Amino acid sequence: MTTYQNNDHLAGDFYTQNFAKTAGEGNLILNLGPQHPSTHGVLRVVVELDGEYIMRAEPILGYLHRMHEKMAEVKTAAQFIPNMGRVDYGHALGWNWAFVGAAEKLGGIEVPERAEYIRVITCELNRIASHLLWWGAYLLDLGAFTPIMYAFDDREKVLDILQIPTGSRLTYSYYRIGGVAQDLNADCIRRIQEFIPWFRSRLPMYKDLVSDNIILRKRIEGIGAIEQDTCRRYGATGPVARGSGINYDVRRAQPYSVYPKLDFVVPTSDLKDARGRYDVRMIEMEQSLRIIEQALDMMPEGEVLVKGAPKPSWKVPAGETYFAVEGARGKIGAYVVSDGGKNIYRTKLRAPGFCNLSLFAEVSQGTILADAVAILGSLDLIIPEIDR
Amino acid sequence: MIKEALNTVSDLWSLMVGLRVTKKYFLDPQVTVRYPWKAVSNIASYKGHLELVSAKAPGKPKCISCGMCALACPSNCLTVVKRKVPKPTPEQAQAEAEAKAKGEKPKDKTPKDPEQFLYDYTLCSLCGTCMENCPVGALAFTGSTYLAGYSREDFHFDLVQVLKNQAGLEGVDASVAPETAESEA
Repeated sequence: MTTYQNNDHLAGDFYTQNFAKTAGEGNLILNLGPQHPSTHGVLRVVVELDGEYIMRAEPILGYLHRMHEKMAEVKTAAQFIPNMGRVDYGHALGWNWAFVGAAEKLGGIEVPERAEYIRVITCELNRIASHLLWWGAYLLDLGAFTPIMYAFDDREKVLDILQIPTGSRLTYSYYRIGGVAQDLNADCIRRIQEFIPWFRSRLPMYKDLVSDNIILRKRIEGIGAIEQDTCRRYGATGPVARGSGINYDVRRAQPYSVYPKLDFVVPTSDLKDARGRYDVRMIEMEQSLRIIEQALDMMPEGEVLVKGAPKPSWKVPAGETYFAVEGARGKIGAYVVSDGGKNIYRTKLRAPGFCNLSLFAEVSQGTILADAVAILGSLDLIIPEIDR
Repeated sequence: MIKEALNTVSDLWSLMVGLRVTKKYFLDPQVTVRYPWKAVSNIASYKGHLELVSAKAPGKPKCISCGMCALACPSNCLTVVKRKVPKPTPEQAQAEAEAKAKGEKPKDKTPKDPEQFLYDYTLCSLCGTCMENCPVGALAFTGSTYLAGYSREDFHFDLVQVLKNQAGLEGVDASVAPETAESEA
């Protein structure tokens, strides 16, 4: 008696089959990482393995595509702001700023100075929270469990601060076209002032606990070197490019808001490897503290939302513009085209994670599978942002 | 050779330094909260779902049913059901007819507060656009963090009823029955 057995599920889906066509003989095709709608922010990479060495890798995207760009076409400009907080849960305020900035540029709206400083303070706090999340999650990927506990201890403090003006803890929609939704109250400013010295005292502890640790150093030093040329070809930005020694930061290269008035260093590393990117992010957190400190001192009194700020029914004047900000992962850009109608005609969102991930296929070639995980983590990927 | 040995020692030392940090924090007081027995302290500034602000009379919303909030909402989670004009009594009808004959404009007697203020919390992204667009400031965020329900319908509110319940006027269930929510929305 023969029993029919369906082995279709073993053959893999379209991507695996397509990938396997050109695989070398005797090589193993492996799907790295799960994908499921209920597990947010997971990435699937198909790799071809020869023993433990990666011959080829292909990230497969699109599982978290949420049509943010299409949704921009059916909403008015002000109504689209809540979407921006959901593109990247790590650095939501950076995305808020990119879109709001583009709309302001097109509408010729001047933002009150106090609002600009509030934007700088909250955006930098959000950057610290994002880097802490990356730090904890990266070390979790590398097999160290406790660091994320220390990171979340500090991250909770940042989230508590950001909760006061924004009202939420993760997906902020705080910036408005022409300012911000709410002023920082005295309690919030007091908490920020307490947080800065506290976090400064924690950074050496991070260094002692993790950064100098020999196990971590053996894991990330000399792994996943990205040449400057590769960075440029793929359009990598943020800590990935700076970790390869490219001194490019949107806050300095295309200054916006009040960043020209603030004194901070753009950290770069010549190591080019995962260690370089790690170091850059750790220094960036320190620099963010410096920026917040200065911004708090320089912040003037006044309005936080310009008078006659656009209502939700506001029509963006016809024209097209591009506005970029420096996010935690790199250059966040919003390209807005308006035909003067009720809704924006077209919005293109430039996600830094997409370019940074594109590198992976090239960089991971010839590395060991375990190192590929270290490289993937060092790129600081937020998958919802890559797919948008 | 000596260099190698020194490296090994410094490598081992880095582990000891890490352990010292662990020991320090092991002896430190606990930073987490034993949640169900003890509440966290940071929820005061959290903004939960929407509520109507009551006017001077308790249980009566400030809302004037203009519908600006529903228009501004990015996710269409608000529906304002206006009150219908009450049928005039014979005396009122007569008075109105007389006023009309004199050439006076009839007064609008429609009550301004909404009959129903349907709010679908499952769609709401808590952006606050509705509050900012309310001309009378009739909407506010609650600090409610502990909202939970067994079904989707548990999150469909009639905010007018919620407000009445808060004022202790009527003991009616706050959530709208699913069939009404479907027919009105």
